[in-house]
Amino acid sequence: MTHQIPRPEVALTPLSRAFWTGGARGELVIQRCRGCQAWLHLPRGRCPRCGSGHLGFDATSGKGTLFTYTVVHHAYREGLILPFVIGLVELPEQTGLRVTSNVVGCGPGDISVGMPLHVVFERQKDDIYVPLFEPTS
Amino acid sequence: MSPVGRRLGVSSLNLAIDASLAAIADAGLQVADIDGIATMGEASSSDLKDALGANVSWIGTTGFHGSGGHLRYVIDACMAVATGLCKHVLVFRSVNMLSGEWPGGMTDEWAWYLPYHEYSAASLVARYARRHMHLYGTTREQLGSIAITARNHAMLNDAAVLRTPITMEDYLTARWIAEPLGLLDCDLPVDGAAAFVISTADYAHDCPQPAVRFEAVGCALHGDSSWDYRDSYPAMSSTEAAAQVWSRTDLKPSDVDVAEIYDGFTFLTLTWLEALGFCDVGEGGPFVSDPGRIAIGGPLPLNTYGGQLSAGRLHGYWVLHEAVQQLRGHAHARQVQDAEVAVVTAGGGHRMGCLLLTR
Repeated sequence: MTHQIPRPEVALTPLSRAFWTGGARGELVIQRCRGCQAWLHLPRGRCPRCGSGHLGFDATSGKGTLFTYTVVHHAYREGLILPFVIGLVELPEQTGLRVTSNVVGCGPGDISVGMPLHVVFERQKDDIYVPLFEPTS
Repeated sequence: MSPVGRRLGVSSLNLAIDASLAAIADAGLQVADIDGIATMGEASSSDLKDALGANVSWIGTTGFHGSGGHLRYVIDACMAVATGLCKHVLVFRSVNMLSGEWPGGMTDEWAWYLPYHEYSAASLVARYARRHMHLYGTTREQLGSIAITARNHAMLNDAAVLRTPITMEDYLTARWIAEPLGLLDCDLPVDGAAAFVISTADYAHDCPQPAVRFEAVGCALHGDSSWDYRDSYPAMSSTEAAAQVWSRTDLKPSDVDVAEIYDGFTFLTLTWLEALGFCDVGEGGPFVSDPGRIAIGGPLPLNTYGGQLSAGRLHGYWVLHEAVQQLRGHAHARQVQDAEVAVVTAGGGHRMGCLLLTR
């Protein structure tokens, strides 16, 4: 992915800012309920588990396992370097807690469901860092 | 329906007008009888209304959101007549995907996908398919059986766009789009429109053509409104929509004579078959791997018009049109004998709806 074309720009919102800027500190940041401690992704305005409106954002371990993935071969945009991988990564902090990301640092042929991964970051601009995942050996 | 084809050079509005006038005439009505309009687009309901010169009591909301997926507008129309607000609602869907009028349908969720170079539903559905394969051993060949069956049926339909036979080798060697989905797992973009008149039940006796009845609808959505983050992944919201449709009828899956199941991607068909209870969860692959089971003449004829995979992508509306043709006995060479009950579905992820129709 090093030489991939520029990513579409991240849109920062009050709910998404923590996720996209945590990489400045090397942290994968996910919303968390201060009432019941549930992790919530995608972030939202109220905890659907306990009803608390008291929500914050915490750093996770940055570890994960590959829940599922696709290897993209179609040139949806001019110059897109193919193939590349879009994965759904399950985080160990909570069953079913998943983030979408690219799996980088290995060839598409070396990827399998269940493989251990860890987060790395790619700076987009300013304080925006896109969380990516690469295999943990 | 309007003509359907690749790059017809006709606007979405004109396609919608063609299909709508045909539907109104088919229903034995005049434009003046139409008192409601509902559509997913692409032509706007107001533009169509003004082009027809219709005076309406109600126009449904547009925009690809809410539950029920592509069929939400049909369900809206059912509610409009059920409440007495309208007597005859015109529902249409025009598609001009090759000519570039499709406005998108991106919602907030995509803000989380786009920075990862995700530009299409194909890669979202591919991840579901991969997970399904991992959990249940589903194979590419099983998905291929859906594509080949669709093509075989398209060969019986003059209006279908792709009508040359394909083999399993063709399927397996077609170029990748987003693994594990290849080109023949993806539906065919076309230009075209379909339209329907949804009327109060008491009009059935006055129809010049056999009326088709709504037995039940399903549009339930549990869990997150997202593709990637549903707790029940890889089960889609088809699970909830299907459970709802069966909860509102005495009919059972075994009563279905013909299944017109959304196939924007082959995997969506498989997941609908499981959700509707034609087979157990995880058994969709083996279920479709027997072509005799899902062919015309088999116990569950599937996508008898050729599906979006081969006939063309009218985004959930050709399935409905074909179900009506089948229940009326007007499906010509592809007619399923004595078809009395049809299931129609559309959508994927968290935008899914289904209809149970009877003659």
